[in-house]
Amino acid sequence: MPDNPEDKKISRRDILKQGVWYAGLLAISGGLGLIAAHAEQRTVWQIDPQKCIACGRCGTECVLGTSAVKCVHAFAMCGYCKLCTGFFEPEPNALNTGAENQLCPTGAIKRTFVEDPYYEYTIDEKLCIGCGMCVRGCGAFGNGSLFLQVRHDRCVNCNECSIATACPAQAYVRVPADKPYIIKTQDRKSQ
Amino acid sequence: MRDHLFGVRERNFRFQSGSLAPPPGTSPRHSLLRRGIVERNTRRRKHHLILQQIILGVIAASASFGVERFPPPDFTTGHQLPTSYMPPVRPDLYNYIDIGALILALGLAAYLILARRSRRGIAGLAITSLIYFGFYREGCICPIGGIQNVALALGNHNYALPMVAGVFFLLPLLFALFFGRVFCSSVCPLGAAQDVVLRHPIKLPDWLIHPLSVLPWIYLGAAILYATTGTTFLICRYDPFVAFFRLGGSAFMLELGAVILILGIVIGRPYCRFACPYGAILRLLSPLAKWRVRITPVQCIQCRLCEESCPFGAINSPTTEKIARSEGRSRLTILLILLPLMVITGGLLGRLGSVQLSRLDPGVRLAERLWSEERGTAKGSSKESYAFSKLELPNTAAYKRALNIEHKYAVGSLMFGGWVGLVIGLKLISLSIRRRRSDYEPDSGGCFACGRCYSSCPVERARLGNPEAMRLLKERECSK
Repeated sequence: MPDNPEDKKISRRDILKQGVWYAGLLAISGGLGLIAAHAEQRTVWQIDPQKCIACGRCGTECVLGTSAVKCVHAFAMCGYCKLCTGFFEPEPNALNTGAENQLCPTGAIKRTFVEDPYYEYTIDEKLCIGCGMCVRGCGAFGNGSLFLQVRHDRCVNCNECSIATACPAQAYVRVPADKPYIIKTQDRKSQ
Repeated sequence: MRDHLFGVRERNFRFQSGSLAPPPGTSPRHSLLRRGIVERNTRRRKHHLILQQIILGVIAASASFGVERFPPPDFTTGHQLPTSYMPPVRPDLYNYIDIGALILALGLAAYLILARRSRRGIAGLAITSLIYFGFYREGCICPIGGIQNVALALGNHNYALPMVAGVFFLLPLLFALFFGRVFCSSVCPLGAAQDVVLRHPIKLPDWLIHPLSVLPWIYLGAAILYATTGTTFLICRYDPFVAFFRLGGSAFMLELGAVILILGIVIGRPYCRFACPYGAILRLLSPLAKWRVRITPVQCIQCRLCEESCPFGAINSPTTEKIARSEGRSRLTILLILLPLMVITGGLLGRLGSVQLSRLDPGVRLAERLWSEERGTAKGSSKESYAFSKLELPNTAAYKRALNIEHKYAVGSLMFGGWVGLVIGLKLISLSIRRRRSDYEPDSGGCFACGRCYSSCPVERARLGNPEAMRLLKERECSK
């Protein structure tokens, strides 16, 4: 350790470097402090069902092999129709669960008899691929009780959701993580 | 007839976003009416849908008031409505685990590279990071993408910066101030993926390296432009390895990733060197680092053995030839005069391309589509314009929004163009500044701190007890 400060050769360059270093340290720690002080609520991706047109891109654009988007049924809105346009093909041969009559390409909707003439439609999530065909069918002729939602047990919450970038309706929104779903309680038309 | 069939009536609805419970008292129930419809359905089902379609078309065209086609039934058997299970989001705890893992990995990397000087340790840590941050966490969130979250938060006050994104963005920068690019060396999953495949590095010629090394800065500028305008997160969208990490993605992204990995066999870390915008920021901070990689643990003996050891061309040789100072000075003066000109030209060019740049924005694209449909140059409707028509807003709403976005781009593209001019100008200036060096040392900005050069240094090998290296050193000393 040299006692004489003259021995330490400090160039202009070094002083400048030191200054920038401290400025950098200050900026970064200041930024970290700001973030710690304003710990913002985490957000997750969700589909606004009021904007969604069920175009089918959710089924194909997700980074996951099988999309994180699946169909959800708002039972309170459902008419429990015998002829469900979300379940049956446009011109079904018979109103039964035969595969040729079903709209769903994977047979993910279960149709169970409740009481005459009501039938309940439940979604088998394991089979659902989020293609939105049933959502379109239900929205076109029914109450619109079927809708698409990002399922958070599957969604990896990408920084840039690749479905969001492809969504024609710009229906993808970041929602706070403590309210991660937008449940449909009414049809868009009746808003 | 219409009212009878579909139960059209006006209703006041309450919209409950995010509530999991079925809304209480949704509607009065008209089971008799419904029953009538369904019976009719079964009798004439073939023709029913056609009829329904026509009538619904009429309704859709004429009525914008409340429509509930089939009122929910009152069950006589007391059937209870099921509830849909809504899986909860990943708990917050995992975020803290991620931050903990990042701090641990950065600390360990600094220790392994600077204190232990272990290439093996660094390679092991890199593979661990590749598995955790890459394949397990599926490449999200990473500091590279964090740039955009920070930029968006600065540019748009409605966007709340997620804590993890902010911390992930800042921590590697903080470590760079102390230890250099330890993040690149063995924490970044993208870097690790390229490090793993690197087998037969070739030396790229300078004329290729210099122009290519400007690209990360331009990419950084573009990413900030598109993030602050809220258009897209460019870096995430074109992250070359994320498709591999998630074992799925678009064909284009998988191909791009494959091309970079194959190139990476012969060209050391092509993405890191010629594209990564976060690497550009680290490159800037790393020269300030308190402790940095040194090839030799003690003293450079100018043996030139390390010269070819760096696959990234990041080892600077000692300066030998004397360059006339006056020659460099005049060149520098010209460049310094040219620099503001380049910034201004770049800015103006950027401003000219403003509309082109804004075309990536979905809002602008929608407005252009609607406009061409309105003028009749485009037939039918695209999915986008169909979705917009469903919102029942006038086209002018979309135009207004697009104009607002284009206004942002007018400013943004001016700054982006200026930035590109500045970056190119500064690169030219940096090429004409020569610094005197007496030893072989890693480039303070370009060194990824991978530790490959350590084993090439005989002083290092002697320190580790390699007899051959010790003999070589002794011979050298005797010959002096």
